[in-house]
Amino acid sequence: MRIKIDTEKCEGHNRCFVVAGELFELDDSGYAHEVGDGKVPAELKEKARLAVTNCPELAISIDEDD
Amino acid sequence: MTTEPAKRHTEPVKDWTTDYDIFDAGYVKDPFPVWDELREKCPVAHTERWGGSWMPTTYEDLRKIAANIEIFSSRNPLVANVGEPTEEVMADLENQFSVGAPPISSDPPVHTWSRALLLPKFSIKEVARYEEETRELCRSLIDRFIDKGRADAAVDYAQQIPSRVIASMLGIPQERAGEFTEWVRGFLEYGLTNVDLRSGAAMQIFSFLNEQVQERKANPGDDLISYLLQAKAEGAPDPIPEPHVLGTCFLLLVAGIDTTWSSIGSAMWHLAQNPDDCKRLIDEPELITPAVEELLRAYSPVTMAREVTRDAEYNGCPMKENDKILMNFPAANRDPKKFENPDQVILDREVNPHIAFGVGIHRCAGSNLARMEMKVAIEEWLKRIPEFRLEDPEAVTWAGGQVRGPRKCAVVF
Ligand code: HEM
Ligand code: SF4
Repeated sequence: MRIKIDTEKCEGHNRCFVVAGELFELDDSGYAHEVGDGKVPAELKEKARLAVTNCPELAISIDEDD
Repeated sequence: MTTEPAKRHTEPVKDWTTDYDIFDAGYVKDPFPVWDELREKCPVAHTERWGGSWMPTTYEDLRKIAANIEIFSSRNPLVANVGEPTEEVMADLENQFSVGAPPISSDPPVHTWSRALLLPKFSIKEVARYEEETRELCRSLIDRFIDKGRADAAVDYAQQIPSRVIASMLGIPQERAGEFTEWVRGFLEYGLTNVDLRSGAAMQIFSFLNEQVQERKANPGDDLISYLLQAKAEGAPDPIPEPHVLGTCFLLLVAGIDTTWSSIGSAMWHLAQNPDDCKRLIDEPELITPAVEELLRAYSPVTMAREVTRDAEYNGCPMKENDKILMNFPAANRDPKKFENPDQVILDREVNPHIAFGVGIHRCAGSNLARMEMKVAIEEWLKRIPEFRLEDPEAVTWAGGQVRGPRKCAVVF
């Protein structure tokens, strides 16, 4: 599984970082980026899905097969 | 004296879809059934009251309208239009108010850089610097009433917190917090339906902030005003013109006080009636993070407005240039199409993409600060007062319009 943030859509609500700090990092202005290459370890898959469903901007996508 | 006296709208509402009244006492107290009805019957309602406006109530419409910044401008975000002040007052105000209150009252490109200036000062990390003093503040407020066995959770607690925290960030004297809370209420609450009160309050805030800005120019410090006076951002003029700094400080004061106080107040009102939720928060302290989001969703305080830039049809509604749209984020957050059991407060709700802080480019710049204040206020209260209830549910009073929250909320413990 891999996560990707559409930086055009992200408005810095920071919900992803709060539910899954292992997978997201924030820049100084609060915009989110994937940690590393966005690869999600098995034990964090549930958290990744939660980040997606809690982002009000629909800025995070998941590729289940990557 | 006003050029156009504030219209009174005392006739009761018969049809909420065509004649809603956001200041109707019953609606202010309990707007939820109205929103349910509107979502079913007429998801974008209309009224001629208070200057006229359209009001969307579904999550999808709020998202779409917020995203369409070309047609829906932020040039005037106030929810009521009760006329302009006299020419004299207007001229005075324009001197001060020449740029409005950016970024909230601006569209790109000004919006982009004026927001970029602020964001780094409101990140989770920066806001954490104020957490300890916020805790101390909460404790000292509780000290004042803990032995009495009763307190007004709105007046003695919620209302006292955000004004002092933002004062600390702006480097302005905390002793004057009571005064500028009243000015902000004058602008956003009593003044919404009374143009003289509103412009008077705006003048007081501007004069006060102007003194502060002049003072900071002479003696810069480690505060937000000093920061803004020398801040840089891509696309921004260098240095930032003083009227802009003043407009932004005005916004921080106005946007940071009523809003956060209302959401802390609503949280206290909810907890006073739900001892099981208090118990859960005490037994499972990590629940506070989702609980704050859930309380924000269920009792979202803030409605902003947009102005239509050219005649356009939206969802079959014939909107005209300069029409007002009420961005009813609170109603969107109760939309059953988006949230399961929307009227239930579920502290550990897993899927909660609420838009209490707005959505799109104007997403509340102070959201991390507001969350920190709510979290600390609830935690410190529950540590000292784990069990409490409303003294008299009927005696609770609410303010509404731009910002909804309890204004009197006596509790006993
Ligand atoms: C629970 C408390 C709060 C709520 C519910 C809230 C809500 C909102 C909402 C809905 C907007 C979007 C406006 C729009 O779309 O037109 C907004 C914008 C804004 N808020 Fe808040 N707010 C809160 C607290 C604060 C605090 C504490 C501050 C800072 C001191 C703050 C500063 C701002 C600023 C600067 C903007 C303008 C952002 C922009 O236009 O880019 N707010 N707020
Ligand atoms: S929750 Fe969405 S909008 Fe917010 S920081 Fe994360 S990706 Fe960006």
